[in-house]
Amino acid sequence: MAGHGESHVHPVSLYTRTLWWLMVLLVATVAAGYIPNIPNWLGVVIALTIAVWKATIVIMNFMHVRFSGKLAWLFAGAGFFWLVIMLAFAFADYVSRPWEPFHGWPE
Amino acid sequence: MSVKELEKTATLEHASDGHFHGDGILGEQFETLEQQNTSYLIGMWAFIVQEVLFFGAIFTAYAIYRFKYVLEFTLAHHELSVPIGTLNTFVLLFSSYTMARAVRAAMQNRHKKQAFYLFLTFLFAGVFMVNKYFEYGAKFEHHLFPGGDYDAHAVVEHAEKKGELRIVEENGKELYELGKTRNGEFTAFKQVTPEEFEQRTRLFFGFYFVMTGLHGLHVLVGMIIIAILIGRAWIDHLKNKPIADYMPVEMTGLYWHLVDIVWIFLFPLLYLIGR
Repeated sequence: MAGHGESHVHPVSLYTRTLWWLMVLLVATVAAGYIPNIPNWLGVVIALTIAVWKATIVIMNFMHVRFSGKLAWLFAGAGFFWLVIMLAFAFADYVSRPWEPFHGWPE
Repeated sequence: MSVKELEKTATLEHASDGHFHGDGILGEQFETLEQQNTSYLIGMWAFIVQEVLFFGAIFTAYAIYRFKYVLEFTLAHHELSVPIGTLNTFVLLFSSYTMARAVRAAMQNRHKKQAFYLFLTFLFAGVFMVNKYFEYGAKFEHHLFPGGDYDAHAVVEHAEKKGELRIVEENGKELYELGKTRNGEFTAFKQVTPEEFEQRTRLFFGFYFVMTGLHGLHVLVGMIIIAILIGRAWIDHLKNKPIADYMPVEMTGLYWHLVDIVWIFLFPLLYLIGR
């Protein structure tokens, strides 16, 4: 179970450092949005990579998951694991089958 | 003395780490404060997991439709204001920081400091909502709210000016060609009827309003909870209470950071990609 870590008061620098990183990444993601003539997919990949990065440091440092017990890790991990399943399976379906109504679809 | 009572006493007296345990905070169904706090946290995390999936389902639907109508959605993206979006991201990220500081102050039983940081968080949330109000107002003004008077006119006009849309006529019918202008030459990638274009951009704004609207609703709920916590912290300060349960602030913090994370994804996916 969660150890003493959860009631431990962390140094202010942990939060300040996280905030600085978030600001740097915010500038990076906006700047990346204005790179001219990059392929659409690359823009999406860059935007999502930075978003996942930002979300991870928020979860780890602000939400204290880094210092929490295994059960908190399990819950936090499960949420995102299910999300990946939902996205992957939904996409696997939509890219592998024709969209309705397709050619020959009964009127 | 039963084992349970012994354990309780042990926890109450266990203050060597600078933390007080007990003092009316411990619920009678729990054996130790640590057990109680862990239960609170796990309950909150279970809620957060369902929130992730709740927003995740809408993100999935959005991703699928963007994948299908990428050109139409890209042109609709251009109607969103990046400066306002950036400002709102900045404000929310900062509010997450002040929330984390409020939790820290609560853990240290510094009630006044806690109230101060909660107030800052509340203030940032307010700035976010005011921005959203103006942003929504502009969309309504340009008939971009996907309701009865939705009109893709603004999207068509902007796209035409940027050389990403051309209106052509075929067999006496108006058609939109979506593409790009490079070195003064227009290359068409796709041809759609004005009706199709209207439906698909309307779909984009449907997603925009549902996603940011639900997120805004979460911000509003957060503001109400934070306002209550400010009151509680202030009362604790006035009463000079030596120890208060910090878990309500910690759990509100978790919720608030989740709202921040949802925005971290909404901002690039709605405002930035396809620019």
